[in-house]
Amino acid sequence: MMHRRNTAGERVTINIDGKNVEAVVGESVAAAVLAAGAGATRTTPVSGAPRAPYCMMGVCFECLMDIDGIPNRQACMVSVTPGMKIKRQAGARTVGGAS
Amino acid sequence: MPAPGAPRTFDVAVIGGGMIGPAVSLGLLERGLRVCILDEGDDVLRVARGNFGLIWFQGKGFGMPRYVEWTRRSAMLYADFAAELKDSTGVDIGHARPGGLELLLGEDELAHRQHYLGQIYQQGGGANYEVEFIDRKQVADMLPNVTLGEDVIGASYSPLDGHVNPLFLLRAMHTRFQQAGGTYLPHHRVSGVRKDGDAYTLDTEGGSVSAPKVVIAAGHGLKTLGPPLGLDIPIRPQRGHIMVTERAQPMLPMPISAFRQTVEGSIMLGVSAEEAGYDDTIDTATLHTIAARAKRTMPQLGNLNIVRTWAALRVLTPDKCPVYAESDSHPGIFGIASHSGVTLAAANAKVTAGWIAGDPPPPEFEAFTVERFHDAPA
Repeated sequence: MMHRRNTAGERVTINIDGKNVEAVVGESVAAAVLAAGAGATRTTPVSGAPRAPYCMMGVCFECLMDIDGIPNRQACMVSVTPGMKIKRQAGARTVGGAS
Repeated sequence: MPAPGAPRTFDVAVIGGGMIGPAVSLGLLERGLRVCILDEGDDVLRVARGNFGLIWFQGKGFGMPRYVEWTRRSAMLYADFAAELKDSTGVDIGHARPGGLELLLGEDELAHRQHYLGQIYQQGGGANYEVEFIDRKQVADMLPNVTLGEDVIGASYSPLDGHVNPLFLLRAMHTRFQQAGGTYLPHHRVSGVRKDGDAYTLDTEGGSVSAPKVVIAAGHGLKTLGPPLGLDIPIRPQRGHIMVTERAQPMLPMPISAFRQTVEGSIMLGVSAEEAGYDDTIDTATLHTIAARAKRTMPQLGNLNIVRTWAALRVLTPDKCPVYAESDSHPGIFGIASHSGVTLAAANAKVTAGWIAGDPPPPEFEAFTVERFHDAPA
């Protein structure tokens, strides 16, 4: 279980897979998800292996999640916003309907 | 032991480690011949690293019925070829022949395509050309996960079209080549070929090699290697761009000419054609054109991120049809040029190799001459 070193700051509520969780304004989705103890955040497209945030700086692409309805977003590069809806991603993203 | 500095001897020396050289070499090894592949380093034009991966039948062979036949033959040989590679090397090249579509946007494209494919149909005597036109509804039925763009009015379809992972194909062929006893010699750029008794001696940066037969399958290198050996083949580079999307759930059950989805889920977007000399850098305006057409054809592709893009240089002959020729002035020297190294790999392994080994040429090769580019039109 990971813990925030600095718990000061304004709180917002985000939603991870249907569960409301408190996060701190200014932190990334990946940090908020780790602090919430969410574990694996996606499974890989080919083998289905579980993955979780790793580099936390936009390089490794392990932390891909569905954020506010858009799949394959790098959770470490997106800041939390009030009411944000975050989902673990299972395998490859959907293509979606006509844009 | 050969004397120090004496050339290493083989039955066949193959110049080129791309799509064509290794394919032909596999067939030569199957016939019990001693074969080496002379290759260069990673700093040269590597056309075989830039392929899209189609095994494509429809539309090939305009003006040359023999090329239609040759392409058909390779498409039909591919499943066995892929299975052999997998059995021997463990590398699955991802071959599938689910048929292929060329989607047509608007009446003008349909009319042009009907005229073009109609010519190929007629030149073949009007029989046995496995391509048909289907309407928008039929396309939609074939692509249940696709929302077609409003301009899509139909498609040409061929059950012979398919695809493969071209990098795994290359790796599988190289692995099989060395496994079967072939000698792969990288950093052996050939500087000259000279007749030496009954054999040819090839001087390279890595030492000399001697063989009675030489296959020049060197891509753009044929331009300089060929003429002194009686193979003046006027090939030119034609640049093509490819873009790759992030992996996505299965959407395309078959290749759609310029668009195909890999087994892993990436969607490849491609098929541009520019005259840019030997410049293989990326042109963003061309990428824009490719992306715009992709979105117009299947608007949902606009949701996907692009993760990679590159350009490569096709080896193109003036009539876009291949050359398979033995030199008149230098018997035993063979030149092969084609921009369809992936499509023709199975035929090159199974049939072309026999011709190099001494079998009579397959009937298709009567059309694949060098002379057709030099004889004055009647």
